[in-house]
Amino acid sequence: MLGTQSAPGLPPPAAPETARPETGRHPVAGFLARRLATGIVTLLVASVLIFLATNILPGNAAQVVLGRNATGPAVHKLEAELGLGRPVAVRYLAWLGGMTHGDFGQSAVARAEGRPDAAISATLGSPLADSAILAGLTAILLVPLTLLFGALAGLYARRKTDWLISGPALIASGLPEFVTGSALIYVFFTWLHVLPPVALLSPGQSPLSQPRALVLPILTLLAVAVGAGVRQVRAGMIEVLDQDYVRFARLNGIGEGRVILRYALRNALAPSVQIIAQNLQYLVGGIIVVESVFAYPGIGTYLVNAVAARDVTEVQAAAIILAALYIVINIVADLIVVLLVPRLRTAMS
Amino acid sequence: MTAGPDVRRGRTRAPGLARDWGGRIGAVLLVLLVGVALAGPLLAPHSATDTVGIPGLPRGPGAPLGLDFLGRDVLSRVLYGGRSTLLLGGAATVLTYLIGVPAGLVAGYSRTALDPLIMRGVDVVLSFPALLIMLLAVTAFGNGPVVLVGSAALVLFPGVARIVRTATAEVATRAYVEAAMARGERPAAVVRREILPNIVPPLVADLGIRFSWSIILIASVNFLGLGLRPPTADWGLMVSENRSIFATNPLAVLAPAAMLALLIIGVNLVGDAYVRRLGRSRGRP
Repeated sequence: MLGTQSAPGLPPPAAPETARPETGRHPVAGFLARRLATGIVTLLVASVLIFLATNILPGNAAQVVLGRNATGPAVHKLEAELGLGRPVAVRYLAWLGGMTHGDFGQSAVARAEGRPDAAISATLGSPLADSAILAGLTAILLVPLTLLFGALAGLYARRKTDWLISGPALIASGLPEFVTGSALIYVFFTWLHVLPPVALLSPGQSPLSQPRALVLPILTLLAVAVGAGVRQVRAGMIEVLDQDYVRFARLNGIGEGRVILRYALRNALAPSVQIIAQNLQYLVGGIIVVESVFAYPGIGTYLVNAVAARDVTEVQAAAIILAALYIVINIVADLIVVLLVPRLRTAMS
Repeated sequence: MTAGPDVRRGRTRAPGLARDWGGRIGAVLLVLLVGVALAGPLLAPHSATDTVGIPGLPRGPGAPLGLDFLGRDVLSRVLYGGRSTLLLGGAATVLTYLIGVPAGLVAGYSRTALDPLIMRGVDVVLSFPALLIMLLAVTAFGNGPVVLVGSAALVLFPGVARIVRTATAEVATRAYVEAAMARGERPAAVVRREILPNIVPPLVADLGIRFSWSIILIASVNFLGLGLRPPTADWGLMVSENRSIFATNPLAVLAPAAMLALLIIGVNLVGDAYVRRLGRSRGRP
C-alpha cells in the first residue's frame, strides 16, 4: 500500500527545459534553505495536530488509561503525575520543549501501573533501531530493483518480459501489506518450511542476529514499493526510448547497449529518482502494518500497541517521530532530485 | 504527484488486447466479489458467530474452509465479512468526494484567500503517513465504523481536492465560463452548470483509486485490531485474528485475504480500463 502522499513543493518531473541565466547565488543552497524552512513549519503544524488529536479525548488521558471504573483519587493522582492540570497550551509547550532535549515525557500506562521506568525516551531507542534496520535494508534493495525491473519492462514493452514484470508489479503494488505478508508466510513457512513467520526476538536482541526473520518483512515491503515504482520507471523508459535523440543515436550506428545505458536510462532516471523518493517515504507508513504482521519489535509495533493501550503520551512520541521522518525524507529526496537533475533547478526558483 | 496534463505519461500505449482483457477480468471480479459481499450472508450455512466445532479444524466435510480460532465456520464468516468491507469502503469514498469536490471547487474558482488556505490544509494532511492519520483518529475518537470512515476520508480527500482544483482552474478560464460570468450569473450557478459537468471525467477516472484506497486503509486498521471489534465478521479482522491457527488451518487467514485481494484487483483493473478509455492516464494520485 503506497500512500497517496506526494512531494508538495516539487515541480512535475517533465518540467520544460528553459534556458535561464545563472543568478549569482547558489541555487541549490537557496532551495535547501527554503525547503528546510517549510519543513520546520510543517513539523510544527504536525506537532500541534498530534497533540490536539491525543488531547481531545472524552475525559483526559488519566481517566482513559485507568479505565471507566477508576476511582476519583487514583485519577487525580495520575493527573497530577502527568501534569494534566495545566492548560493545554502550557502542556503543549512543555512537551515541545522536552523533545528538544530528547525528553518525550512519561508513559501514561507505566505511570498508572506505578512502574518507576516510565520515561518514554528510554523505551524508544530499541524499536527505532530495529525499524531503522528493517527500513534501511529495504531501501538499499529498493532502488536497484525498481530501476532494474522498470528498465527491463520498458525495454521489452509489450513483450513477454514486460508482462512477467508488469503483471505481478501491478498486483503487488495494489494490495495491503497484510495480505501480501500473509501470502508470503504461507509460501515460505507453512509450505516450504524455510523462513520463520514471526520475528521472535528477546528484548535487546538485534534483528541482525536473526537475519532469517528479516527476509519476509523486507520482501513484503519490497513487493509493494518496487511494484509501484516499476510501473513508473517503465513508463519513463518507454517515453525516453521514443525520443528523437535515442533514434538518432541508433541511426548513427551506436551499439544498442550503449544507447540504452548512455542515452535512455540516464534520462529515464530523472523522473525515476522522484518516484523512488516517494517510495522511500512510503516505508515510514508501510512499516506500521508490516511490523505488525511479523510481530517485528519496531516503532510501528510500538505505535500500534500504544494506540491499543490508549497510552496517549507514547502515541504522541511515536507519531511525532514518524511524522518528522516522513518530512525529512521528503526534503532529502527533493534535494537529491535537484542535485541529480540540473534542469529541475531552474523550475525550483 | 499533482494531477495535470504533464503527468499524462505511460500507460496510454498499452496494446489493444490487454486493454480489453484487463477491463473484462476486472469487471467479472468486481461483480463476483460485490455479489458475494452483498448476498453472502444469505448463502452462509452457519451464522457468523456460532461455534460449530474445534478451533482451527482444517477443511473437511461440512466445513470447506475449516474452522477459525474460536471454532466458527470460516466459509460462513467469509460470506458475512464482505459487507462491512464494501459498505465502509463505499461510505468513505462518498465522504471523500463530499469533502474533496467542494474544497477543490472553492479553491480553484474563488481566487480569494480561501484558495491558499484550503491548499495548505491539504499539504498538511499530505505531510503525514496515511496510516498514522488513521491511528491518531482512533486514539482521539476510539474504535468504530464512524471513525474508520471519517479518517479514511480525511486521508483521501486531498487527492480529490487537488484534481478538482486543477481542473476547475483550467475550465474557469474558458470562454463559455467567462461568458456566463459576463451574463451576470451567480457564482453558484456558474459552478453548477458550466464547471461541474466539465470536470466530471477526471473525477470519475479517479474513483477507482479512491475506492480501492478506502478499502485498503480501513482493512489495514481492522487488521491492526484498532477498527471494528470482534466478533464482527470482517475480512481484514479475520486475517489478523486467525494468525494464531495459521499452522493448523491456513485457509482461515488465506480465504479472507484472497477475497480482499480479488476485490481490490477488480476495482483497480476496472478503474485502469476506464482511465485508458478516457485516453488520459494519470500517475498515482
